[in-house]
Amino acid sequence: MNRFIGFVKKEFHHIFRDYRTMLILFGMPIAQILIFGYVVSNEITDVNIAIFDKSKDNITQEITNKITSSGFFILHDNLNSDQEIEKAFKRGIVREVIVFEPNFAEKLKRDGKAGIQIIADASDANTANIVSNYTKAIINSYVKNELFAQGLPYEIIPEVRMLYNDELKGVYMFVPGTMALILMLVSAMMTSISIAREKELGTMEVLLVSPLKPLPIVIGKVIPYMVLSFINAVVIIALSYFVFGMPIQGNLIFLLAETLLFIFMALSLGILISTASNSQMVAMFISMFALMLPTMLLSGFIFPIENMPKILQWLSSIMPAKYFIIIIKNIMIKGSGIGIVWKETLILVGMTVFFLGLSIKKFKVRLE
Amino acid sequence: MLKHTENIIVVKNLIKKFGSFIANDNLSFEVKKGEIFGFLGANGAGKTTAIKILSGLSFPTSGDVMVAGYDVYKEREKVKENIGYMSQKFSLYEDLTVRENIRFYGGIYGLSGKYIKEKTESLLERLKMKDIQNSLISSLPLGWKQKIAFSVAIFHDPKIVFLDEPTGGVDPITRRDFWEMIYEASDSGITVFVTTHYMDEAEYCDRVSIMDQGRIEGLDTPGELKKQFNAKNMDEVFLKIAR
Repeated sequence: MNRFIGFVKKEFHHIFRDYRTMLILFGMPIAQILIFGYVVSNEITDVNIAIFDKSKDNITQEITNKITSSGFFILHDNLNSDQEIEKAFKRGIVREVIVFEPNFAEKLKRDGKAGIQIIADASDANTANIVSNYTKAIINSYVKNELFAQGLPYEIIPEVRMLYNDELKGVYMFVPGTMALILMLVSAMMTSISIAREKELGTMEVLLVSPLKPLPIVIGKVIPYMVLSFINAVVIIALSYFVFGMPIQGNLIFLLAETLLFIFMALSLGILISTASNSQMVAMFISMFALMLPTMLLSGFIFPIENMPKILQWLSSIMPAKYFIIIIKNIMIKGSGIGIVWKETLILVGMTVFFLGLSIKKFKVRLE
Repeated sequence: MLKHTENIIVVKNLIKKFGSFIANDNLSFEVKKGEIFGFLGANGAGKTTAIKILSGLSFPTSGDVMVAGYDVYKEREKVKENIGYMSQKFSLYEDLTVRENIRFYGGIYGLSGKYIKEKTESLLERLKMKDIQNSLISSLPLGWKQKIAFSVAIFHDPKIVFLDEPTGGVDPITRRDFWEMIYEASDSGITVFVTTHYMDEAEYCDRVSIMDQGRIEGLDTPGELKKQFNAKNMDEVFLKIAR
């Protein structure tokens, strides 16, 4: 065990003393997520909204005032029927419609809760999301600061509907996609390079001559990258949640578990690459062309898979990142559990086992 | 020489094939305890293959190989614990300090932290490297790296140390210094198994074997080999065998 800890420590020394490695490990994930995030800007001011107040009581009036006086929204129109909602959006000026249910104040007093519907124009999905989040925040603060403060334990339930693009396709792609890319990079590429470096420098030979068995050597090399990958994943999730307001509808533990699975997959891929390459350069090129580019281009990260030619669609289904992106999107946006994504999860497990088995076999062959 | 009586490496009819290619063709030899054994041969003669088998990195196709009293087939772990290895690349971690390298390599041989610490102090003292113990290996000249690499290879007091072209790329003075270290190790009872391309170094060995095309073509003391091949120096012996 002592030997093993020494080994892991040494590996961390390698990482922390090489500023290029550090930059890739920590600078890049943050830079990427911020770039992708801000390319689709999240600044909103003076957004035109319409309100359809079916209740018209003192509380709905108060909430309306809060919203319109927040500085983010301009009340463009008051609506009087459901049909007008559609029309308001079609005219293209109104980005959001807020609908109070009938007898709002009365329901609050009687049942302790009432509902508000927030309908956003999701053809610009990013704006729609930010706008609806702002609205929700204002309503929540009203409940907390005004109602609770007066000793009224009421609950107002905002129900968000995205019109025209209810899955928010495209926009939230950047978080799962970046995560897949970064994890591939850190886990697979960095691992394969670091193992290849030991071969290149001849230190691997010395390790193999020592009483350390090959498996602990590989595990010892992989653990630091696993830890760092996981930290990276958490940072990305945190950034996307706190900075860009990406929801995490599903179970956070489940999300992290799936992330860990993908990290395992990428690590075993990295080990496989390293068995096939004797120098850092080769490891890097294989990672670049066999992993990074396909991950970017074929996984559905940048280009939608449905629009690809048939051949590329088949190719995309051997991209691990594709399944990871589907899983992450489902968990974060739709709140799915294992019941929905079991198939993709199983595929990732299968791939991990396959790559790991193959690399163990190749590692042994190399030794004989 | 009285001290070289006990066999520490025994190889009998060792054959290693890669497909139809025979890398080691029926090798048989013994290495005595405490001896400096030169293992010579042109590139591709099968030296590396043989060293890999002796150090437990690769299994022979057939034949018996005993290293430090252990069978390389059945007791590979035991073999590994009792040998040291230094390659021509010196195999130190460039981005670790002198002290960290020693610590790490000592650690993978399962030595205790306290023991490593004490031994490191006396080692640094002996090498006169106290001042640079916290410098990165990458900042040191080649000769120093070589000394550290050798010290690291025998840090766990192995019975045998394998040196694979340990003097490649260093100047003659440094090489001479290095051989002083080899003698010291040999005097303290460590068997030194060394491959080299420098024929003057072959003269420093107690006994020398010369391989050609997978076979051992000559094995004796440098003096006897010169007599046997009617040559003025080891260079000539080598050329006569390899041609």
